[in-house]
Amino acid sequence: MTELKLPSIDYAALAPILIMLGAALLGVLVEAFVPRRHRHLVQLSLGLLAVLAALVMVIFNADDRLITAGGALAVDGPTLFLQGAILVLAAMSLLLIGERSVERGGAFVAQAAVTAESVEDRRQAEGSNGATEVYPLASFAIGGMLIFVAANDLLTMFIALEVFSLPLYLLCALARRRRLLSQEAAMKYFLLGAYASAFFLFGVALVYGFTSGIPGRPAGVDFATIHAAVGESPASQVLLFAGMALLSIGLLFKAAAAPFHVWTPDVYQGAPTPVTGFMAACTKVAAFGALLRVFHVAFAGAAWDFTPVLGAVAVLTMLVGAVLAVTQTDIKRLLAYSSIANAGYLLVGVLAPSRDGLAGTMFYLAAYGFSVLAAFAVVTLVRDADGEATHLSRWAGLGKRSPFFAAVFTFILLAFAGIPLTSGFMSKFAVFAPALDADQAWLVVAGVLTSMVLAFPYLRVVVMMWLSEPGESTPTVTVPGGLTSAALMIGVLATLVLGVVPGPLLDLANGAAEFVR
Amino acid sequence: MSNFPFLSVLTVAPLVGALVVAVLPRRRPELAKQVAFGWSLLVLALSVVMWLAFKTGGERLQFRESYTWIPQWDARFTFAADGIALVMLMLIAVLVPLVILASWHDAESSKRSIPVYFALLLVLESTMIGVFAAADVFLFYVFFEVMLVPMYFLIGSYGGHQRQYAAVKFFLYSLVGGLFMLAAVIGLWVVGGKTFDWQALTQIDISTGTERWLFLGFFLAFAIKAPFFPFHTWLPDAGGAAPAGAAALLVGVLDKVGTFGILRYCLPLFPEASKWFAPYALALGVIGIIYAALLAVGQNDLKRLVSYTSIAHFGFIGVGIFAFTTQAGTGAVLYMLNHGLATGLLFLVVGMLVARRGSALISDFGGAGKLVPLLAGVLFFAGLASLALPGTAPFVSEFLVLIGTFTVNKPVAVIATLGIILAAAYVLWMVQRTTQGTLNPALTEVEPMRRDLNLREKVVVAPLIALIVLLGFYPKPVTDVINPAVRATMEDVGRTDPAPEVGGVVQEAHR
Repeated sequence: MTELKLPSIDYAALAPILIMLGAALLGVLVEAFVPRRHRHLVQLSLGLLAVLAALVMVIFNADDRLITAGGALAVDGPTLFLQGAILVLAAMSLLLIGERSVERGGAFVAQAAVTAESVEDRRQAEGSNGATEVYPLASFAIGGMLIFVAANDLLTMFIALEVFSLPLYLLCALARRRRLLSQEAAMKYFLLGAYASAFFLFGVALVYGFTSGIPGRPAGVDFATIHAAVGESPASQVLLFAGMALLSIGLLFKAAAAPFHVWTPDVYQGAPTPVTGFMAACTKVAAFGALLRVFHVAFAGAAWDFTPVLGAVAVLTMLVGAVLAVTQTDIKRLLAYSSIANAGYLLVGVLAPSRDGLAGTMFYLAAYGFSVLAAFAVVTLVRDADGEATHLSRWAGLGKRSPFFAAVFTFILLAFAGIPLTSGFMSKFAVFAPALDADQAWLVVAGVLTSMVLAFPYLRVVVMMWLSEPGESTPTVTVPGGLTSAALMIGVLATLVLGVVPGPLLDLANGAAEFVR
Repeated sequence: MSNFPFLSVLTVAPLVGALVVAVLPRRRPELAKQVAFGWSLLVLALSVVMWLAFKTGGERLQFRESYTWIPQWDARFTFAADGIALVMLMLIAVLVPLVILASWHDAESSKRSIPVYFALLLVLESTMIGVFAAADVFLFYVFFEVMLVPMYFLIGSYGGHQRQYAAVKFFLYSLVGGLFMLAAVIGLWVVGGKTFDWQALTQIDISTGTERWLFLGFFLAFAIKAPFFPFHTWLPDAGGAAPAGAAALLVGVLDKVGTFGILRYCLPLFPEASKWFAPYALALGVIGIIYAALLAVGQNDLKRLVSYTSIAHFGFIGVGIFAFTTQAGTGAVLYMLNHGLATGLLFLVVGMLVARRGSALISDFGGAGKLVPLLAGVLFFAGLASLALPGTAPFVSEFLVLIGTFTVNKPVAVIATLGIILAAAYVLWMVQRTTQGTLNPALTEVEPMRRDLNLREKVVVAPLIALIVLLGFYPKPVTDVINPAVRATMEDVGRTDPAPEVGGVVQEAHR
């Protein structure tokens, strides 16, 4: 019998993950034991406290550079930076999810099984609270994302992928308004997500096969072994390439990169808007965190082989996102395509294999998360009697009805369009410059060309809001409650501050931009 | 005195003014106008002090300031002005108060916030000053792009017919150019050793192929901005739709960023590529002169007509720059100033006419001189200045451009001279159809057409007329400032003026 060696675990380094998952479990207990009328407040406080505590632990761990839990998790610069970003953005998302004053009963249905216009549904509209399960679900998702960006082997990464995906599928189905759209979106997301997970798992198996047979090293799917195998494995390269391709499909699906993006518009449109914001900000950070680690740590030796393919994916993603955004008539779908295009710009950063490239990509992720959450926060406010008015024609003349919110949204759109003095411009520079430095001029040119195309749909919204006269059906902007206001203000201020003085965050990203292997 | 941070203060001051104006109560628009006007006068006063502090024979870049901004990319708040920039800054400082004064009632017809209109004008002033004062390529790019935003809202919110279309077209055209420039800016940063400092970047060596690509990136942005043929189609729309004051700034100053950018960035940073591209640029310039002048002749809309004349004038400036002689270069820079004054005046006067008639169509006028003799006289003067009549300032610059070009490229100079004849045609015909001839009976029914220039309008046009005449007879104070900067630019390109060939001719005569 070989003796089992217990892995050493650095609990302090894992504290953020443990706190989030612990809070999620606690949240399930709250559902069981706390009276219904107190649940909303208790759950929201629990969620926010957990996120803040986890954030404090991330800051406390800021200097950690280690691999722990038997090689399963790496707590290094990028992990900590991205965990911090996920937690801050998650806190903003929780604020949006917790908003109850914009719509009586909140944006979430009490139970997914409640049919529209039924007695229970009307009771909720009269003021009873909606589902409070969303908080533990969100906490599980956040916890999963924290593991996802720290995973140091492919199996841990797969488990993290499932841990954060499954709650997201559920969250998508919980919209109170437009129930069918929401459930359809969740179904699509779930089915396609399941396929993507299967691809990922198949890829893990192939890569495992590829790592066998290196002298003096057992086969494995931890990144150090894969890295060694890329250089010296006697196994066929076909295993490596096929494995890499299948893994990429799984990850690019979550990152919403073309041609694995088709779920994005439907899901973004159907999901409750606070959840859409959560997905657009946090899921993107998590997915790109994993992409960065897989390609920079595990497959760094095969850069020559994956760069052209991933570059093509980046160009395709930018093109699809930009061109299809032009034709959209629904603000949520427009933002979905914009998010696809942004995935393309982020891929440009992933393909710049330097410290600057890594730092730029991480900066982009954080900055984009703030802007996109602020954008969806405004979307939750523009509403009429039937809920959110997402059709673009309904936004005509909004600048006259509510100049403040129209100005805020215009500013965010200018940030998306990459106009200077917004974080959007600084982010674009932060990924394009290292890419050009790495001789990827074609990616930069593609990025610039698609930015021009993408400017048009944004500008169309600005024209709608300011230059068109308000019509009969122009909705009003609901005065937001404190929670939404807070999230919106954080997002807008971050977009402005990162656009004017990006130095400190760039510095932070630069100091963190080194993986441990 | 020269230690005073003129340029950063000048950039920030209008922005502060804009904030003040924007928060003034909407119910008291008069107060907003007065504050905006007073603020722009303060900026003018400070600019005059800066002009006096500028040392004519001193360093090329003066008033240099530099503050840390983004250390990771070595982007800094670096401001500095050479003679060319100084002249343009003066032009801005002079034009903005006059435009504010001329736009006194412009925003009222739009049903939109009046204080915001004047705040936008001040924001525009701030970004325009910044773009000419920047000596850091990154900072320049930032101002170059941000400048679009206030102008977009000025046209889109306060413009006339087809303002939405014109505003979007203006924004998208400029953004397309700007994004190409962004790619080139990043490229320059990479090959230049990761610095944005203009002075450091003039010292670097770039391989020929790279240099040409980077040059094209910058040139495209500037050619759209200027605009040169064939990138000009946005200007008549924007100029036609913008309120007259904004149009005067658009054509008078904003577009000069394009030609200024070529002088400050394309030529010194990419000298080899500039020489390689010069024949094509000269061709574009000449085509622009003739083509735009022909189109101007055929216009029936006053504001569009003035926009087309500007495109023709930008052709002259382009020819002057790419002839690579000090004379032509000085002429081009002087042209940038004079065109700002003359076309600015023309736009403002046309705006006064249009505001009275309620239409910009030439066919709606006719014999207006009988009703508003003074206004018609000023229009005639502005038109004459625009066609470069001797004695007005534009003549000096046009003449310098032509003789400076003639010494190195006779065909271009000869064809460009044809543009002068066409200029006479479109200006005189326009003046004749609007103010001369028999009185259009419809005009007498329009009540405002019976009011000639009031005091406010006289105050607007008087300084411009005075400057045009003064610089027409005595341009020396300006040329003294421009000349060293232009000579330094031409030295960057490695071109010296051809020596006079008098000797050879004299010997011929002796035989």
